[in-house]
Amino acid sequence: MRADLLRRVTPSVVLPALFAFALFAGVPSEALAQPAPSGEAVPLAADPELEARVNALSHQLRCLVCQNQTIAESNAPLAVDLRNQVREQLASGKDEDAVIDFLVARYGDFVLYLPPFKGVTLLLWLGPALLLAVCGGWLALRLRRRQREAAPTLSGEQHRRARALLDGAPLPPEEPRS
Amino acid sequence: MKAKFLVPLGLFLVLVGFLAFGLTLNPREVPSPLIDKPAPDFRLARLEMPDTQMSLADMRGQVWLLNVWASWCVACRQEHPVLLDFARQQVAPLIGLNYKDGRDDALGWLQAHGDPYVTSVVDGDGRVGIDYGVYGVPETFLIDQAGMIRYKQIGPVTPQVVRDVLLPMIAELKRAG
Repeated sequence: MRADLLRRVTPSVVLPALFAFALFAGVPSEALAQPAPSGEAVPLAADPELEARVNALSHQLRCLVCQNQTIAESNAPLAVDLRNQVREQLASGKDEDAVIDFLVARYGDFVLYLPPFKGVTLLLWLGPALLLAVCGGWLALRLRRRQREAAPTLSGEQHRRARALLDGAPLPPEEPRS
Repeated sequence: MKAKFLVPLGLFLVLVGFLAFGLTLNPREVPSPLIDKPAPDFRLARLEMPDTQMSLADMRGQVWLLNVWASWCVACRQEHPVLLDFARQQVAPLIGLNYKDGRDDALGWLQAHGDPYVTSVVDGDGRVGIDYGVYGVPETFLIDQAGMIRYKQIGPVTPQVVRDVLLPMIAELKRAG
């Protein structure tokens, strides 16, 4: 009876469970937590360490065809070619900077998602700070001026009237207007 | 300071000016860092005669154009009559770089539309294209006698580009060289 039940249960329940276990056991927990977005670069190199470097570097490089994507994200043929170039050059022992130099020499600074700090990008890098400084300075100036303007300057007579108002006393007669 | 209320309006107009200028720029045209730099070397098989090769050195001493094209490229079709017309004028040799194309497709395309090229070389995997910073087809490079890239046309060559840019530059380079 029991064996009979087991036999009936085994294929329908245990096998899928085993399958699911095998499926997830083989996958690193990291990959499970962060599934690759669709269209992401498909890893090709057998060496996972190299592939990690290729992927990291690819995420810093702009695809010139789909300009708002990195070459890691884009599946444009050029992005695939450039990814292969990056992989090949890293595999041949070049370091990241050398590969970046290689691509900048061909496509210009535009391939870099992080623009370099140099003469023509000075405004780009310092502009926000400059804007903040200018606006902050202007605001400080305005506030100080307003503070000075707000300081009351009452004549002796006005002062007396104000005092009287505050004290609740009857108003002293107003000076005749000239 | 009566006109103080006009200050935000002025700032707004400045901003509009910047935006209007931005609209006239083409973000697809990324200036090449290769201008006035030596053209990257290549040694590639010729399309018509795959047994023979051509290299950059073969063009030394001439002012010439390198046109990146492919049979799958739609804009090349639009550019093609302009190139045929340019070739007829015989001011400078036009070399084709057949970019990531199939041999039969490329030959068929030339047969169907006419062949403006002195010769075409085959860049099957796009490696030479990467060396030249090619990111779209068509692109055209003007290269001088010393093998320096002097101009890069991104996108199709138009009659205006030939008249206003290429022909004057070629004449200038020939005079200087």
